[in-house]
Amino acid sequence: MRLLAALSGGVDSAVAAALAVEAGHDVTAVHLALSEAPATLRTGSRGCCSKEDARDAARVADVLGIPFYVWDLADRFREDVVDDFVAEYAAGRTPNPCLRCNERIKFAAVLDRALALGFDAVVTGHHARLADGVLRRSVDDGKDQSYVLAVLTPEQLAGTVLPLGHLTKDEVRALAADRGMGVADKPDSHDICFIADGDTAGFLRDRLGAQPGPVVDALTGAVVGQHGGAYAYTVGQRRGLALTVPAPDGRPRYVLSVEPVSRTVTVGPGEALDTSVVRGDRPQWLDPRPLPLECDVQLRAHGAVHRCVVHEDAGGWRLELATPARGIAPGQAAVLYDGDRVLGSATLG
Amino acid sequence: MAYLDHAASTPMLPEVVDTVTAALRDSLAAAGNASSLHTAGRRARRVVEESREQLAAALGTRPSEVVFTASGTESDNLAVKGIWWARRAADPRRTRILASAVEHHAVLDAVEWLVSHEGATVEWLEVDHEGRVHPDVLREAIERDPSDVALVTVMWANNEVGTVQPVRQLSDVAHEHGIPLHSDAVQAVGQLHVHVATSGVDALTLTGHKFGGPLGVGALVLGRDVACVPLLHGGGQERDVRSGTLDTPAVAGLAVAAALAVERQPAHHARLSALRDDLVRRVRGAVPDAVLNGPDGVDRLPGNAHFSFPGCEGDSLLLLLDARGVEVSTGSACSAGVARPSHVLLAMGAKEDDARSSLRFSLGHTSTTADVDALVEALPAVVERARKAAWR
Repeated sequence: MRLLAALSGGVDSAVAAALAVEAGHDVTAVHLALSEAPATLRTGSRGCCSKEDARDAARVADVLGIPFYVWDLADRFREDVVDDFVAEYAAGRTPNPCLRCNERIKFAAVLDRALALGFDAVVTGHHARLADGVLRRSVDDGKDQSYVLAVLTPEQLAGTVLPLGHLTKDEVRALAADRGMGVADKPDSHDICFIADGDTAGFLRDRLGAQPGPVVDALTGAVVGQHGGAYAYTVGQRRGLALTVPAPDGRPRYVLSVEPVSRTVTVGPGEALDTSVVRGDRPQWLDPRPLPLECDVQLRAHGAVHRCVVHEDAGGWRLELATPARGIAPGQAAVLYDGDRVLGSATLG
Repeated sequence: MAYLDHAASTPMLPEVVDTVTAALRDSLAAAGNASSLHTAGRRARRVVEESREQLAAALGTRPSEVVFTASGTESDNLAVKGIWWARRAADPRRTRILASAVEHHAVLDAVEWLVSHEGATVEWLEVDHEGRVHPDVLREAIERDPSDVALVTVMWANNEVGTVQPVRQLSDVAHEHGIPLHSDAVQAVGQLHVHVATSGVDALTLTGHKFGGPLGVGALVLGRDVACVPLLHGGGQERDVRSGTLDTPAVAGLAVAAALAVERQPAHHARLSALRDDLVRRVRGAVPDAVLNGPDGVDRLPGNAHFSFPGCEGDSLLLLLDARGVEVSTGSACSAGVARPSHVLLAMGAKEDDARSSLRFSLGHTSTTADVDALVEALPAVVERARKAAWR
């Protein structure tokens, strides 16, 4: 096959491209330039957008002896991922930008262009297994990325090759070292590549400004503190609430809800976060099953798996959980699994 | 393989390879440091000084005005920053730089650095739709306040669209007010008649690998009366303006390449122009809506053709041609390899989409009709596919 390998500059995509070359495919590499002002050198925890990463990616392509190009997707990344990320937080939701990037950039814009240019598929270093249109978890539970790939359509998956799903991260690093790749011991990337220092609240504050409002206790209705911006709070959060009035029962308080219009952050005891019924909007099947359906569901990246029954509900899903889930954040995805097999996904309402 | 990117780098001439390897094998010259006083040093120094004389003769300048450097970029930085510092030191009012809007990044970014770090101001001289700076534009910019201009810098010929600037007229205008003019002639040497003394320029940049010389060696021709503050401090080997032990074999190769390139320039110009005109005609035949950027006729580098292909992304075209063995460029790539719309085309009034849809084909001494054949054969299918692959 003619394959387009997306090289981030990290070890996973490097080994994925190497395995594709070794399998006899005709591979061309691209590095996606996503940041508008790429940092020249790595500082603090690293993102995936630095010039150094572009250089590492180019070096991998040289070692593999394959052509290498840089595609400038900075404008599109800002519009579809970064601006969306900020807007979602401003609306009181908790978006997952990796999922959005896969949905809009890597497996949309890049895949479309690759197919138009005459490639058969895009190869990436995501940790998940994909064969015959069936998406499964990676054999490495700790690194599994099937959750952030579940938003892809069957058509998108048909144009995707994931060579790493049968490998653990340690095995991937060993394969890179065997091939003399300098990225073999490169640290894993930060969760949100465009917030290199990891300070999400600061990133949002810079873009949304100060929006002070009250912190209200759900049990008493009393104002128990002030905050600088509701967008800095996520349902289920416990730390950094800066409450000025101790809880009457003396127990820890968690964020129960974020209401952006009135800028109200409501806090309460942990058990108030427990939910047994959640709603999924804009559902999408990879492996369609009749409803109602009993299966597993994962409600956040690297989150616990719950047993559930999925019901049809006004064009979306109603998920009845067998065990309550704590701190479900609107905006994240609900991904349905049958064992390690991904069935479909929806956005948590 | 069809190599149509001679403006990026052109192969070394066989005579230059011989010169460089002979110098590397010359145990005395290769061992010696041209600054040393013993026999080996004298031998190396003799090679360097003969090279300096050979280069000066080829370019119509004096040996004492040749400053060897390691690259065109270094020469540009030395000229722009060094002359600016010296002019401001002589009169603190002189902070303004007049630079064409179509300069190479080696000039552009050196100017921007002076602006952001040294308190310089810059006025980008506008160009016409073919990329040319008119002497009246320069005159008007100077006469706004002749006392505060530190230097003028306008390239001899543009690296992207090949436009030849009226350097003689521009230097005359600058000299009316006693202002020095630097010209980046990296693309011009070997393709055009470059004669420093008759051009009037006060400083001129050249680099070996654009005219059949070695990579990693260049020169700044710097008039004897032009004050210039060094960038590199140390042994002061080059007129105290540039320090660093010279690469004797590379310097020898640079001089031989310059001598041969200048000697062959008239014939080279005629041959390349004909081949380029054939390329332009046949590209237009293969892709009827392709738009030639830059001058249509004279005042253009003979090896340069530059087209926009409406509805295509330049980087798609490059990838598809590369896969078919045709090597071209989208213009000047930045360090990360990101294709940005060319500042040259934007300055010429092109729309951003047209600027993104362009390719440069550049011919050189090894180019043949077979290279043009390969391009023209591949192009229609490549353009059709690239149109389908356009973003959104």
